[in-house]
Order: sequence, then C-alpha cells, then structure tokens
Amino acid sequence: MTQAEKNIVLHVADVHKNFGGLHALSDIDLQVEEGKTHAIIGPNGAGKSTLLNVIIGRIAPSRGAVVFDGKVLTGKKPHEINQMGVVRVFQTPEIFPELSVLQNVMAPAFAKRDGAFRINILKPLSAEGEIRDEAEAILEDIGLHERRLTHAGALSRGDKRRMELAMCLIQHPRLLLLDEPTAGMSRHDTNTTIDLLKKIKARGMTKVIIEHDMHVVFSLADRISVLAGGRIIAEGHPDEVRGNPKVQEAYLGGSHIPEGAH
Amino acid sequence: MYLFAMPRRDAIALALFSLVVLTMPFWLAPLGASYPGLLQKFAIFGIFAIGYNILFGLTGYLSFGHAAFLGIGSYTAVWSFKLFTMDVLPAVVFAVVMAGLFALLIGWLSLKRSGIYFSILTLAFAQMSYNMAYSVLTPITNGETSLQLTLKDPRMIDLMFGPRGEGLPTASILGHNFSGFEGFYFTAVMLILAFFIAQKVFSSPFGMMLRAIKSNQTRMNYTGFNTKPYALTAFVISGMYAGLAGALLAITDPLAGAERMQWTASGEVVLMTILGGVGTLVGPVIGAWLIKYFENIFSAFNDNVLNRVFDFLPDGTQELVVAVAGKFVGEGWHLTLGLLFVLVVVFLPGGVMEGVRRVGALFQRPSKPGSGAAVRVQPAE
Repeated sequence: MTQAEKNIVLHVADVHKNFGGLHALSDIDLQVEEGKTHAIIGPNGAGKSTLLNVIIGRIAPSRGAVVFDGKVLTGKKPHEINQMGVVRVFQTPEIFPELSVLQNVMAPAFAKRDGAFRINILKPLSAEGEIRDEAEAILEDIGLHERRLTHAGALSRGDKRRMELAMCLIQHPRLLLLDEPTAGMSRHDTNTTIDLLKKIKARGMTKVIIEHDMHVVFSLADRISVLAGGRIIAEGHPDEVRGNPKVQEAYLGGSHIPEGAH
Repeated sequence: MYLFAMPRRDAIALALFSLVVLTMPFWLAPLGASYPGLLQKFAIFGIFAIGYNILFGLTGYLSFGHAAFLGIGSYTAVWSFKLFTMDVLPAVVFAVVMAGLFALLIGWLSLKRSGIYFSILTLAFAQMSYNMAYSVLTPITNGETSLQLTLKDPRMIDLMFGPRGEGLPTASILGHNFSGFEGFYFTAVMLILAFFIAQKVFSSPFGMMLRAIKSNQTRMNYTGFNTKPYALTAFVISGMYAGLAGALLAITDPLAGAERMQWTASGEVVLMTILGGVGTLVGPVIGAWLIKYFENIFSAFNDNVLNRVFDFLPDGTQELVVAVAGKFVGEGWHLTLGLLFVLVVVFLPGGVMEGVRRVGALFQRPSKPGSGAAVRVQPAE
C-alpha cells in the first residue's frame, strides 16, 4: 500500500523527548489512518501519556514534529489545536465542576460554532435552542440526561469521564485522543463506553486510544502500537500484536495477552 | 432583536430590583439614611461592585486595582465639565470610554499572569496611578488640592449657548440642573441600567464562558477557547463600570481627588463583593450598601444615641451596655464591620446571598423534600 491510498491523517514524525537525562520517548514514528482506531498500549512508564501530551501540544518534543492533516501541530496553542479538530479526553477528567452537566456539554459546542473567541452577550443562553438540543441528545446517548441539571462536580468519577467524552463528541472532532477512557469505570459502564465508541467509529472519526484494559483495546482497535521504554517495539493488526513474542515479553513479562472480546 | 430578551426569572428580578432602588428614599428613611448624598453613594458603589463582580465573580480573577478606573472616571468627568459642558451625559460617556481604554492596557498587561501575580500586578498599576496623580500628573489631576471647577473654566459648549453665570455651575442634564433628589434618581437609573447589563452578561453564553474559565481554565483551552481575550473583555467591562461609578461621583460632587484611587478603595470593593456574595447578581449591591451604611450612619452613632436606644434598661446596666456598645459604633465602626466580615466569611462563605438562600431553603424543604442539599450547589443559570 502506498501513502496516498492509506490517507494518513496523523503523523508523529521522529519524535524524541528527554526529561533531563531520561529518554521518555525515542524514535517515535507513528502514522494513523483516517477513520481508524489506533491503540497505544504498553506497561506503566512506557511513555504513553507523554506521547499523547506531545501530540496535543501539552509537552514540546525535544526533536521531531507532529503533523495533522498536512499541518504541523507542534508549537501550536491548545485552543488552536482544538479548533483544527483534534480533541482530547484526559486521564483525570478535566471538566467544569461548578457548572451543570448540561452547561459542561454546551460550552464546547459554542467553541465549535463561534470559534476561539466571541463576545455573545445579546442572546441569552436559554435562547440557544439548537445547541441545547444537541447537548441533550448526546447526554441521552451516554445516559446522563436525567442528571443534566446536576453540578458536574457532584458526579461519580465514571460519570465525569463519560460526560467529558460527551464534551468532546459534541464538537464532532476529526481526531479524538482518549487517555484510558474506561479507567475507573465499572464493567457495565466500560461496555456502554465501548458501544458508544464503536458507534462513533461508524461515523468515521479517527481515534487514538491509550488503554490498559485489553478487553477495550481488542474490542476497538484497528491497529495497535506497543510502547516499551519510550520506543515502539511492535506495531500492527491486533492479531499480529497479540501473537508477537516480543510484546508478550515486554508487556506481560512472558505471560499471554488474554483473549479479549475480539 | 435579542437586546431585551431575557429569561422570565431575570425579568422579575430586574423589576423587583428597580422597585427597591427607586423607593430607597422611603424605606431608608426609618434607618436614617434617606438623604441624597448617601443615597447617591449607595447607587454609585452598587454600580462599582456589580462591575467588579463581573470580573471577580465570574472569571475568578481577583483585582486589587479597580479603584484606579474609578479615579480615571472621576478625572475624565470633571475635565468634561471644565472643557466642554456641565451636561452629565458627555461626562459619563467620556469617563466610561477613558476607563475602558485604561482597563484594556492594564488588563492586557496584568492578565499575562494569573492568581496572586495577577492581583499584585493590578495593585501595582493602581498604586502607580495613585502616586502619579499626586506627582508628575499634577497638571492634569491638580495633585493634593483635587481637580475642581473654577470660574475660569473654558466650558466651550456651554458658553456657546449662554453667558457665564454667577458662581460655580452645577451638573445638569439636557439643560436641567440637578436639585434635591434628582441627582439620586439619575444615579439610580444608572444603577438599574448597570444591573440590567450585568444580567445580560450573566445569562449569556459569554457569561457561561467566564464561569467556565473560573472553573477550569485548562479545560477551556483544550475545548478550543482562547481564554485570554475572554478574561480581558471581562476586565474591560468591569473597568468601564468603575469608570461610570467614578463619573457619577464627580457628577454628584464635581471634584476629583487621587485618594479615590488608593489601594484601600480597591480593597473596599473586594469586601463589598465578598460580603454580599461573590458571583451573584444582587450580592455585591447589598455588600456595597452595607459597607456604605456602616461608614456613614454607624460611624455617626455616639453615646447619646446609644443612651436613647438602651433607655429601657435599668440604670446601672444601661451605662455598662452603652460603654461596651460604644466601642462598636462611632469611631469603632471599623471594628463592627470587621467582625461582620469575619463572621460572614467563616459561616457564610457565599456572603449575605448564601444566607438568603439558606433561609429560603428552610421554607422550601417541607414541600420539596431533598431539595435542600441541591440549593447550595445550584448552578447559576
């Protein structure tokens, strides 16, 4: 297959990151195809979160660049990266605890509609029917509609994570970055989230997922990169990765990667 | 078309607020506060606090320098009187614009930092303005003698229409000179207008963005918002409110002194906002009224007044009570205000408005079980 056929939307090109003497990331070269779900797995301390932070512009790489849709993301401000269509779900939910659940989901819709800055004082929030309807529909999807008037800070951790996902989805991002989207969720909530993420996949949204839960990874991923010691040690289709002895050694200390709901 | 669109709850609040403000001369009479000079202060500092709350209450940025904009508003208004006309409308417009420009500059610089560093920067700029008004800017501010009207002012526009009258002129609106309570009603209308604009900000998507900045600025950035211009806009709006308040001070008494810009004046508006209730619409106004009431009425109480109040007590006790209470009134009014402030911050962190809400919740509970807990955390919509 040639580059053109594959339609690469995200390219992490030759990225290195040193923290003092520590090589957190070395020689990272990652290509994500449009519409696909790319999972990054690896043991604790492998550099997964650092990689995600480099992609989203939170951490500047020591060398290399991140290219999204032909444009360099490296060095751009977080809001500029978001406005280009790259949106992130954090590992610890980043939400607006003092606002209601509904307002939490409505706010990102305004960023999508009105851009990074607009003084809209004349029209009251209560008259923004379209955005409200859209937010309510998404809350219905993730099962938080009944709690839409609650303070977001009062939600359980799992609910906060799902609400954060809704905050990202309402923006219809082109690339969604998920940092352990199901950590801290019950089995039931995890399955609901997997279903939700599968539904988005059907809409053609590109996703990069960092995940510990193999059940989640093998349910969703089209392609998996395995990170260990700051390097990509294997990459490929889930079945290839599962059978790769190097991966089993690095990731699970020799034991087998469990059969997921593949 | 959306200019006057507002949720029903807000419309009712606006109507009630207007009623309360316009009837102040009547309901404040029994409290001994119904004279134009003080009523005007109630209205003016209400405006100052409402504006300050748009910055501090919504975005959480704590400015210690807003008195600078109050002073700039006063100076601009007096200059408008001296150079052009005694009409208050141009004075108000110039003052608001000038304060807005200064707020744009100071806000732009101060918002390069957040938290305590932002506060220190605003404080530094305000103190700089204060000291400059006393020193190098004396030609503009007239230094310690304060900027005042003189018999030789050019008043270009006024003098085109008529000869210079005897003595110093007074502020007027469209040719009509203010007298008696008219000055108060003018400031009261301005207060209601200021309240209305604040309501618009609070209920708009823009207001929600400001609250979101206070709640989680990181999330705002990753959600695609450029938070700096949002905070700067809030800063400029609150600076313009301060400019309006400053202009109104100059209108009710055409004199502008640098002491208006001192840090104690900046601190006062912080106290007003916290005392009344940060982030609420009415709270800052109540805070302003409480503080101005204490400053002007409580400070005038003396032992004679106290003796009259405690007349009903037996002789020995009366003297003891008066002696103790005397420490809290008159010169000691700061002590009472300080104690009140401590009590509010410790027991009602949401200010007087939280007290009102708690009392309201007590009455609601029987009809709506379980709503009590939700009251405290009700998101302002």
